[in-house]
Amino acid sequence: MEFKNIFFSRQNINSLVRKGLFVPTFLSALIFIAIAVVLLVKSIPILSMYPITDLLFSSIWKPMSGDFGFLPFIMGTLWVTILSMIICIPISLFCALYLSEYAPKRVQITIQPFIDLLAGIPSVVYGLFGIILIVPLIRDSIAPFFNITSSGYTVLSGGIVLAIMVFPILISVSFEVFQAVPFDMREASLSCGATNWEMVKHVVITAGYPGLIAALILGFSRAFGETMAVLMVVGNVPIIPQSVFDPAYPIPALIANNYGEMMSIPMYDSALMFAAFILLIVVIAFTVLSKYMLIRIKARLGS
Amino acid sequence: MNVRIMEEKIVKIIMYLSIAIVLGSLLLVFSMVILKGIDFLNFDMITKVPDGGYYLGKGGGILNAIVGSLYLAGGAIILATIVSIPISWYLNQSNKKSKFTEFVRLSLDVSCGIPSLIYGAFVFLFLVSFHQRAALIWGIVTVAIFIIPILVRAMDEIMQTVNRDLKEASYSLGATEFETLKNVITRQAMPGIVGAIILAFGRGIGDAAAVLFTAGYTDNIPNSLFDPVATLPLAIFFQISSPYPEVQGRAYASGIILIIIVLLLIVISRIVSKRLMKYVIR
Repeated sequence: MEFKNIFFSRQNINSLVRKGLFVPTFLSALIFIAIAVVLLVKSIPILSMYPITDLLFSSIWKPMSGDFGFLPFIMGTLWVTILSMIICIPISLFCALYLSEYAPKRVQITIQPFIDLLAGIPSVVYGLFGIILIVPLIRDSIAPFFNITSSGYTVLSGGIVLAIMVFPILISVSFEVFQAVPFDMREASLSCGATNWEMVKHVVITAGYPGLIAALILGFSRAFGETMAVLMVVGNVPIIPQSVFDPAYPIPALIANNYGEMMSIPMYDSALMFAAFILLIVVIAFTVLSKYMLIRIKARLGS
Repeated sequence: MNVRIMEEKIVKIIMYLSIAIVLGSLLLVFSMVILKGIDFLNFDMITKVPDGGYYLGKGGGILNAIVGSLYLAGGAIILATIVSIPISWYLNQSNKKSKFTEFVRLSLDVSCGIPSLIYGAFVFLFLVSFHQRAALIWGIVTVAIFIIPILVRAMDEIMQTVNRDLKEASYSLGATEFETLKNVITRQAMPGIVGAIILAFGRGIGDAAAVLFTAGYTDNIPNSLFDPVATLPLAIFFQISSPYPEVQGRAYASGIILIIIVLLLIVISRIVSKRLMKYVIR
């Protein structure tokens, strides 16, 4: 035991923790950089063979004959993501506003676990839901209403399913932003004779503005990378969608669907890794931007 | 004056509508999957592995996927916890409020936002270059890498909220920084840590995309770490892609099983956190 005490004295263990943990901590911080570098290295073959503008702006995708145009996938991702944000943003904001500003404490406490629950459901389940309800609904009711024949596997279905998935994230982040607005500011506004909504509009939303943007960006990047649920309902046809009733083929679906054969066709693996790289860069950019906004709002609200 | 009150009322209606849409969609997601799947749910599903031709509508169950998911997520959560706790200790040393820790926190946040699919692709590239075959162990590694950032950030946030006075009391009794971290801060943060671990476990179980490339798929329960393994989300995905209505029905039934597992985890995490709360000094 004496032996142990010399080497593993309390002070030694302490300094071991202090210095020794630097390495794993540093490594964990480098995970995403490592991923970016590896993906980039893997996409060098295709980048050196085709000019990047061809890859990004060509719409012909025929890996067998060596045509790698990512435009359909980029556009597919944008269509689905933007549509889901259009559906999701207003609903989530009003929800968060209600929970934060209007709801009695008891309602707040009851609804919150449900929102958490919504966040915890695996995306495959949302995909199932899309297949059961959304796809037939679009095929049998919504598309015929506009005199369009559609299989139901469309941008619209992907957008709706994704919107439902992103609700909880957007609601809980924007709820926190609203809660961070100091109560003095609200009271000052109310005592000037503003109605509750005027107070919310002019004080809460204005003060929370950067935080809201951050919340939206977080939701957006979550939507952007979502795989399974969207893959199941969006049709996966590599064309550029012309309307919400067209099928689409988002980038994550492209990667997930084709990893099986990507080793058998020349350049295919490189092309898919380049797709993953595009996805990664967009997500990193969005997260850093939203973090920057959140830091700014914290500074502004002085907390 | 009237216009202002009208506006207030309209906004309130919009808010009620939004709440109704969100809660309604939750209810719909649950009820639809359950209604569709309940007829196909039977005892075989959770007690048998698929027979030959299961995906053509023949007998068997999805025990392989249920057990596989538990192995995978369980292994990953153990690995991730072992790595995450020391990292959050490092971030919470009292003199470590530096540019470095801020950088680590930011990059972990970025890592949290990366789609799990990309983690899968990343590990897959390693498998290919080292000529490894997709197996349980690589699935565990993939899921662990993907939940470590989530776990560290969650634990870190919880440890930061531990009462300062307690730390100072610990130091003033002569405890070293490590002893304070281990015996005071970790213990105080325990309810939150356990909650975070269980929720991350749920993420691991529910995520299909991460292990798509790295865990393989099999109709058997893996015997060793180097066997391929099936997961529940992937089983659902394969069953729903089948043209047979019978098999599609089983996908919904598997969905019910997945929902039940995740719900159980959420309930357990709440109960355990509450239990541990009584040791926490506020």
